[in-house]
Amino acid sequence: MSMHRIEAVNDFVVKFANVNGSGSASANELFAKAILRTGVPVSPRNIFPSNIQGLPTWYEVRVSQEGWLGRRGGVDMMVAMNPQTWERDVAEIEPGGYLFYDSTRPLPESAFRRDITVIGMPVTAICNATYEDPRQRTLFKNIMVLGALSALMDIDAQVLEQLLAEQYKGKERLLESNLRALQAGRGFAKDHLQPPRHPGIGLKVRRADTVGERIFVDGNSAAALGCVYGGATVCAWYPLTPSTSTAEAFTSWCGKLRRDPETGQARYAIVQAEDEIAAIGIVTGAGWNGARAFTATSGPGVSLMTEFIGLAYFAEIPVTIINVQRGGPSTGMPTRTQQADLLSCAYASHGDTKHVMLLPQDPAECFEHAAAALDLADRLQTPVFVMTDLDIGMNQRLCKPFAWDDARRMDRGKVLSAEQLEAGFDFGRYKDVDGDGIPWRTLPGTHPSKGSYFTRGTTRNAYAVYSEAGSDYVDNVQRLLKKFATAATIVPPPEITAAQKQTRLGVAYFGSTAPAMEEALARLAAQGIHLDAMRLKAFPFPQAVADFVDTHDHVFVVEQNRDAQMRALLMGELEVDPERLIRVLHYDGTPITARFITEAIVEHVHALAVAPRRERTSS
Amino acid sequence: MTYIAKPRLHHPTLTRNKVGYTRRDYEGKVSTLCAGCGHDSVSAAIVQACWELDIAPHRVAKLSGIGCSSKTPDYFLGASHGFNTVHGRMPSVLTGAALANRELLYLGISGDGDSASIGLGQFAHAMRRGVRMVYIVENNGVYGLTKGQFSATADRGSQSKKGVVNAENPVDLVSMALQLGATFVARGFSGDKAQLVPLIKGAMAHGGAAFLDVISPCVAFNNHAGSTRSYDHVRAHNEAVGRIDFIDLAKEVIAAPAPDEVLELPQADGSVMRLRKLHEGYDPSDRRAAMNLVQQLAEQGEIATGLLYVDPRPRDLHAALNTVQQPLNALQDEALCPGREALERINAGLR
Repeated sequence: MSMHRIEAVNDFVVKFANVNGSGSASANELFAKAILRTGVPVSPRNIFPSNIQGLPTWYEVRVSQEGWLGRRGGVDMMVAMNPQTWERDVAEIEPGGYLFYDSTRPLPESAFRRDITVIGMPVTAICNATYEDPRQRTLFKNIMVLGALSALMDIDAQVLEQLLAEQYKGKERLLESNLRALQAGRGFAKDHLQPPRHPGIGLKVRRADTVGERIFVDGNSAAALGCVYGGATVCAWYPLTPSTSTAEAFTSWCGKLRRDPETGQARYAIVQAEDEIAAIGIVTGAGWNGARAFTATSGPGVSLMTEFIGLAYFAEIPVTIINVQRGGPSTGMPTRTQQADLLSCAYASHGDTKHVMLLPQDPAECFEHAAAALDLADRLQTPVFVMTDLDIGMNQRLCKPFAWDDARRMDRGKVLSAEQLEAGFDFGRYKDVDGDGIPWRTLPGTHPSKGSYFTRGTTRNAYAVYSEAGSDYVDNVQRLLKKFATAATIVPPPEITAAQKQTRLGVAYFGSTAPAMEEALARLAAQGIHLDAMRLKAFPFPQAVADFVDTHDHVFVVEQNRDAQMRALLMGELEVDPERLIRVLHYDGTPITARFITEAIVEHVHALAVAPRRERTSS
Repeated sequence: MTYIAKPRLHHPTLTRNKVGYTRRDYEGKVSTLCAGCGHDSVSAAIVQACWELDIAPHRVAKLSGIGCSSKTPDYFLGASHGFNTVHGRMPSVLTGAALANRELLYLGISGDGDSASIGLGQFAHAMRRGVRMVYIVENNGVYGLTKGQFSATADRGSQSKKGVVNAENPVDLVSMALQLGATFVARGFSGDKAQLVPLIKGAMAHGGAAFLDVISPCVAFNNHAGSTRSYDHVRAHNEAVGRIDFIDLAKEVIAAPAPDEVLELPQADGSVMRLRKLHEGYDPSDRRAAMNLVQQLAEQGEIATGLLYVDPRPRDLHAALNTVQQPLNALQDEALCPGREALERINAGLR
């Protein structure tokens, strides 16, 4: 039977199917890094279970010399090392693709497909013959597979050896045995899995130079570093997937970057609280008392925090919350990604509340937005969310290097000094002195007789005196609205990219959707579908967002949740005609793909062409 | 009413303390609690303690949760910043505030509903974390603002005003604080100011987590016969185990040698606490003995009051975190931001 084999250089998707806890993660990461070090952009994604050992886990590596970092969709080669998921793993391979598997135990012919190339390597048998220790037998299996793949895909062995040397620096014996496993895998593949004995793998890696200065880092580490640079001194948190590594990274960065050089003492305080309620309580107390403070959590944590978020909104206390979103509702899909907390964060807590949200697209923006959030929280005296997600937070992503201007200073906002109070500043804690809705505040301990006030979640007048007068209440909540309007002028504006040809169609997207969206835009343009693109970076929406929507007949709103939450925000806040905002929704917990977006938009565009939207009448 | 300002007139003969304040300078707004409420006596005791300790009012931050007791910070120390937080969550807010600026005195005011019911978790964790604070629970065994439901500290068998007998076991915050590692644990009675003021002063001088349970009868809903939190009942069953005569040795020379029954306990701030033993076999530095004594007296229907336990060398949260001496909220960019060069090194390590 003749078969169309996929032949590709520096442009393919490889997926590793493994058993959690089998030591595959490290070998898989080496695979991705080796390609990256060869100068070819990669974007790996972990699809992992809520489990320590035994359940299925996948590692999907997108290789794209063109630089597309989103998920493409489809798998060109499956490295199927997990019998539990064999059937669906084999089914996922593109026609003409490749299946690499451990052939130690023979499988019936029915277990395979005829439209793919099968590469069987008796990995377990080789390992059992080489190693005595059962643990080594398992661990080196992964390295041996890596060796075989590197030989078959032309991945430079020296690059892999260098990476191993970096990983096992100072552990020479371990390095030695890893190198041997690598060589064993390469040797077997060269002898048995290449032409003329075997057709081999048509997916090849060639040295290129399209990585440049970019760095390879996960969003949680990046956000934590942004908190260090942004001047956060208090971090309170409770372990919660997928946010946990944010606080852990903050601890690690602070240990290196934030100790007093002379005394070794900490210029920071990190508390692992008893729950998310205490975590946000600690952050609220620290913010009230003038320290920059943040917490990192995920949707279930935000649910627990909402009472405090309402207090911080109403009492006007700076609070920064990094929400690494996961699949909800309830425990939902704790190890999968979604953008489904937009509404619950934008309007968190009872009563009329609205909160500032930043929407980073990658780790570089996690760094920027975390630092910016600390400034915005102080400037606006209100909770600020950094809405990242599992896809950005827990996967290493190629992104532009972190940048910092040494002339930059923390914006501590409107905090009165003892001198200003002494000079007779008419201090009213909730008084709009400057017309921007943002009042001045004082910190405890500032002045012996001036500037003290009582903070509470109950209604008060402009001088922070308890009040049950409706007029005081209305004045206050109206001022909060004005403050929110001010926020719209200082949050990051959207990034707008005009289509190559003039168009009445636009697309709005944000966060981790960005790389897949960029690729989809290129593919759509190639098919003659041109869209002006707006990447949203913040809520409340700056004026540019309303302008973009106003100047397009239809705007596709691409997001990773079921209920079109961003669309709801656009409708609610900008009073857009719902007909003009078209839902493109992906919410199965895996990161959205370029293929999905392309297909969805093509379908809508065709539908629009068949039944053009009637012009609105002026009724 | 809280929005009625108190007259600011000071009597010229009012005595000034060493930092130049009269007792009036430590007062707050007019209380909105019921006439005769035990909580007002606690507020008065706080005013007196601060005045006597020469604490500048603005160097105190007072925090509370929700409930009758949590309203009281508005009624004392008007020149201090106050924060009426969320029900049961004062301990976390206080913890954050204390982390931000280690130089202020943090006074947490709570009630039995606030700390023993909704806030039991935060109460426990603040104690075990060793936050340097004075944590006062104004304990009346009843929900006042919602009109008379039992709280979690109400004794089993105690009768409500409507005649309902409480069938649930009480939470004893003192025993919990002892078990969880609070380094100053005392119980007072709002009806005994002579005992209460020195206890508050001792707690304020303490360098760690200080917990003070103050039995503070509710005149509106829990001061009847059959209640174990009424003035009469508490007076009849108050078993004072030790009395503090708080003397600041750093500032005064004590000539007379202490009599045998007096213990001298040096405090973190350089002062010395003198403790007069009132109960046979009582050793305030023995945590286990204190726990036994509290349990023993409770079994006999008595309420152990006074200073129950103190660790003269407490270790607080800042010590555990090894934070810098300067308040974290005063650190500037230079001390906090590692700068561009360091960032470039980080970038280099991520390629």
